[in-house]
Amino acid sequence: MARTPRQVGEEVWKTRIEKVNAELVTLTYGSVVAQLCKDFGNDYIQVNEQLDKMGYNIGIRLIEDFLARTNTSRCRTFKDTAEIISKVGFKIFLNITPTVGNWTQDNKQFSLIFDENPLADFVELPDDGKAVNELWYSNVLCGVLRGALEMVQTQVEAQFVSDVLRGHETTEMRVTLIRILEDEMPVGDD
Amino acid sequence: MSFYLAIIGTKDNAVYDLEFGTFRQGGDGTSKFSADMKQLCPFIVHSSLDIVEEMQWNTNVMHLKVIDKFYNYLISAYMTAGNMKFLLLHETRADDVVRQFFVDLYDLYVKTLMSPFYSVDQPITSPVFDQRVKMLAKKYL
Repeated sequence: MARTPRQVGEEVWKTRIEKVNAELVTLTYGSVVAQLCKDFGNDYIQVNEQLDKMGYNIGIRLIEDFLARTNTSRCRTFKDTAEIISKVGFKIFLNITPTVGNWTQDNKQFSLIFDENPLADFVELPDDGKAVNELWYSNVLCGVLRGALEMVQTQVEAQFVSDVLRGHETTEMRVTLIRILEDEMPVGDD
Repeated sequence: MSFYLAIIGTKDNAVYDLEFGTFRQGGDGTSKFSADMKQLCPFIVHSSLDIVEEMQWNTNVMHLKVIDKFYNYLISAYMTAGNMKFLLLHETRADDVVRQFFVDLYDLYVKTLMSPFYSVDQPITSPVFDQRVKMLAKKYL
């Protein structure tokens, strides 16, 4: 029986996921980013924000798909959450397993280190001097994590701290737990 | 032995060019063209474009081999599926080697095209591409 997150991820990937051509995904995402850059006149900070918003909208819907396919039970600690995200979540949607690392002392912050990123295959950032310092190409992933986790009562902040497209050694995303959301009563109920 | 490579776009615009010399027999890769010749290279290569466009309809393979001569220089051409023209100015006939060089160059070109920030007919300015072309030149020529 599938027990560890890694085994769950592999099993769901093999049996319950319909596959699509990876280059189609890469090229589609690429044209989304390129078009955003054109539309916002190369204001890469805005583009980052838009990618994050798009990712958020994807994430709030994606979490339902994820839970339906994997039947994972509630995570007891934030560490469990990190493992599930990297071994099951990324595995079933992008067929990659980023490494979890760089935990802080209070276990509220961790890093996801990507040794491959299918969204950024063959991409070269424009050499106008700004993109390589301002654009986080895969920022949609940050929004996806933020949206998906918010739907399971976990408020997080996710941002990239390094990216091979910018010339760094690795592509690394830092995820910080802000708070666990309690269900709130609607105002006006007696 | 010196070479001049030019990649011409679908609108006959210049996309990339490179001058280099042979790495064989102890050559160091710098071209040995005289100053006059250096200025003439782009002209010679562009003047053979008409011939390329005529020849492309006679054959169904991409490699057009030697299409033009200028005194003792030969011009070989390769026409890609997307109407990009690779032109090489060289001195000695070496069809097979030139063909292999063009095929690998096509591979490099397709990888450049895959980047969402690169559009067709845009000049290629990436230093990575430059470096890789030089490595190819070292390998084949």
